Amino acid sequence: MAALRRTPPALVAGKYAAIAAYVAFALFPLYWLLKIALTPDTLIFSDGTALWPSELTLDNFRTVIFQSDFMAYFRNSVTVSLSTAAATTLIAAAAGYAFSRFTFRGKRWVVALMLLTQMFPLLMIIAPIYKLVAAIGLLNSLTSLIVVYTAFNIPFATFLMQSFFDGIPRDLEEAAMIDGCTRLQALRVVILPLTLPGLGATLGFVFTAAWSELLFALMLINSNDAMTFPVGLLTFVSKFSVDWGQMMAAGVLALVPSCLFFLFIQRYLVQGLTSGAVKG
Amino acid sequence: MAGMEMRALRKSYGGLEVLHDIDLTIDDGEFVVLVGPSGCGKSTLLRMIAGLEPITGGEFRIGGRRMNEVPPRDRDIAMVFQSYALYPHMSVGRNMGFSMEIRRRPAAERAGPVAAAARTLGLDRLLERFPKALSGGQRQRVAMGRAIVRDPQAFLFDEPLSNLDAALRVEMRLEIARLHQRLGTTTVYVTHDQVEAMTLADRIVVMNGGVIQQVGNPLELYDRPANRFVAQFIGSPTMNLLDLVADADGLRLGNGVRLLGPAPAAQLGIRPEHLAVVAPADGEITAQALVIERLGSDTNVFTEAEGIGPLLARVHGNVDLRPGDRLGLRLIRERIHLFDAAGRRLPPMH
Amino acid sequence: MSATQEERAPGMPRARLARAWLRYAVEPYLYLSPALLLICFVMLIPLAIGISYAFQSINLLRPFDAGFIGLENFEALAGDGRFWTALTNTFWWTFGSVTLQFLLGLGLALLLSTRFHGKRLVQALVFLPWAVPTFLTALTWSWLFNPVIGPLPHWAAAVGLLSEPYNILANPDTALWGPVLANVWYGVPFFAITLLAALQSIPSELYEAAEIDGASPWQCFTKITLPFLGPMIAITVMLRAIWIANFADLIFVMTGGGPANSTQILATYVFTTAFRKLDFGYASAIAVALLGVLMVYAVILLVVREKLVRV
Repeated sequence: MAALRRTPPALVAGKYAAIAAYVAFALFPLYWLLKIALTPDTLIFSDGTALWPSELTLDNFRTVIFQSDFMAYFRNSVTVSLSTAAATTLIAAAAGYAFSRFTFRGKRWVVALMLLTQMFPLLMIIAPIYKLVAAIGLLNSLTSLIVVYTAFNIPFATFLMQSFFDGIPRDLEEAAMIDGCTRLQALRVVILPLTLPGLGATLGFVFTAAWSELLFALMLINSNDAMTFPVGLLTFVSKFSVDWGQMMAAGVLALVPSCLFFLFIQRYLVQGLTSGAVKG
Repeated sequence: MAGMEMRALRKSYGGLEVLHDIDLTIDDGEFVVLVGPSGCGKSTLLRMIAGLEPITGGEFRIGGRRMNEVPPRDRDIAMVFQSYALYPHMSVGRNMGFSMEIRRRPAAERAGPVAAAARTLGLDRLLERFPKALSGGQRQRVAMGRAIVRDPQAFLFDEPLSNLDAALRVEMRLEIARLHQRLGTTTVYVTHDQVEAMTLADRIVVMNGGVIQQVGNPLELYDRPANRFVAQFIGSPTMNLLDLVADADGLRLGNGVRLLGPAPAAQLGIRPEHLAVVAPADGEITAQALVIERLGSDTNVFTEAEGIGPLLARVHGNVDLRPGDRLGLRLIRERIHLFDAAGRRLPPMH
Repeated sequence: MSATQEERAPGMPRARLARAWLRYAVEPYLYLSPALLLICFVMLIPLAIGISYAFQSINLLRPFDAGFIGLENFEALAGDGRFWTALTNTFWWTFGSVTLQFLLGLGLALLLSTRFHGKRLVQALVFLPWAVPTFLTALTWSWLFNPVIGPLPHWAAAVGLLSEPYNILANPDTALWGPVLANVWYGVPFFAITLLAALQSIPSELYEAAEIDGASPWQCFTKITLPFLGPMIAITVMLRAIWIANFADLIFVMTGGGPANSTQILATYVFTTAFRKLDFGYASAIAVALLGVLMVYAVILLVVREKLVRV
């Protein structure tokens, strides 16, 4: 069909130009971040808006990694994000399994409740959360962040896991039960191995979300020891707003885990975003 | 091996009752086919036998033992699913030996039965493959192999052939028949295809609307359908139904031809193969041919009959007719079925 | 038959009923309970408390003033010029971001639904901004707008958009454009991905049939693509608008609501009031107002959707 109706060359050229423009728009800010991070401090102003740095250096990364608190922030963020991702995935897998495999009294209400949590402004609860966390003495602790983030991400992750479970035919479980499995055995031997990619994708989504969270971390953490990467970077920016190279090197470091997970979950983006279309 | 008994078995979802008082006894070693249109409850009944659906009321026994509360794994049955339900992350061999693996039988002990079943089904060289690398027919065989390895008291089949193409379906049908002859295991088989039912079954259970319409061997169902539903469901092409008019002198057809028969008869059923095509002058019914389907062995003649409406006749071999031709039709008397207004079968004419 | 049924009923089924009840009513809740407990204690109960804060005076800087004060917070809100500015800004921020994200996202989805060389790579690259943490998006774009370090002001001045290369984030007239642009950069992939999924769900036979019927590509787009995507577009845009109205990170990091409140939206106003002034009562009142605005919006949308469906 396509061969019969030749697209005019001007249109083809236009299409490739549009694609190039989108790619440039998507990549340019990240390129600039990397460029400044790699430019020696002394050249930042003389290079100005030149597209290529006249000289490359890893000094900024060296300073950030070895002579600042960023590695501690990085570790805190990794701890928080990994713990959140693990806890959320486990809890959401159980809930998603219930949604996918059972029809039960009150199901509509539970689903409505979960959707509701996606609709109201999360900032509404920032003050109560602060007071609650303060009351139990968990301010400045990573535990409070993990618990709060886990709760925030459960609804989305539950819907995502449900969509993965829905993709596994019920017949398989029933065949396993006829073959002699209990429900839990069927879950472990048949369903779990088939859900592994889904578990991985959920883990990735939640990790990315927890890694980016800023406002609740700002509110709940103000001791330098417990700062997550976003909080630390923001504090750094407001204190030393002239160390451009170092700030951007830190920014590049913050980008690394997200990009790794992005590569990993890219295949599941569509499923994730359509099943939880409520959330970005 | 064992027989099964169902006593007043019921199933309802919420307030909706989908199976009403099912009474059925299946003998040891018997091949029983549950057949009916979609939504008639046949699959639900099979799933209740398997233990996958809880039983709302009544009693179900296998080998004399009450099964209502027994979970599927302890019922000692094997089931072949419409989708085959092969575990996609396990090789063919592991799929087939899975029931033994779950019962913690050592690998050495599992190898024998798996190999034997694979040989029977011609799967010897596929044991290392994964389900996604198999054709539809091969998957079907693996599903059956899994059931054989299980060596159960009963086989359950849930529309096992409906995902296969026509040629393969015939082949697998034979395979299932041979398997049953060889193993003699009690089998319950669900299908909506009456040809499968007729060819495989020792006894057929025709269901409609959650109620058993008739139980009997294939020829009983063909020769003496209990009601209009069974009459129309069994046999292909479908039985012709003609409205009867009762007057002071007895019964007559729409075109005026008189018949002897019991007064309450409201409809007459005649299978297409029991309508004889004759010259226009010799017929009880005059008709005009509309469409002629020549199948080689048989010919289907779709006609519009005067005073009666559409009628289908099936003639052995070929027949020299063209669309638009006029023809005569005769009812073969001993093959006529009579039904009352409620659709129940009436005693045959004398 | 039904008689034997009845006779048996009282004794036998009790244990069975109990077990069935356990299996069908309790088991799912067993799996759901950790999720439900967390959501209740971390989200729903704080939500209720948060709403009650709106009617109290709770300022951590004035701990002895605490207590219920009725509607005083809302009276103060009505007379607060910053609140009304923030309300207007919320509208423009949401409207501008959603419109641009949607149009650019639709364009990208249409491009990605065609065939071209290197499509997999292009797809990975253009979706990348979605993976960038929001605080980093905000920082990167505020650096790009900074004439000391970023190229954007210089380029804008070169093509005549700006009279001289200054930082648009520092100018009250232009500041809101900064976060909007960053938001567009961050949000285009979201729309592109969802719309691409929807595009791929349209059966290709429809296009083939239309082509045989003699439809031009433009007619295919307006007669098949748009009607098919319509409902999905409506729902995505609606939900996305709510999400963006609540999305405070970008503005908070890039401008903090300034200069002179020109970029303050309700969400950032809630956060700065709670975070900087520690005035939880007033912050909660603003949040309740924001919730009210969103609910009104949702009701209007439902009515509009009802109308659209009927036509």
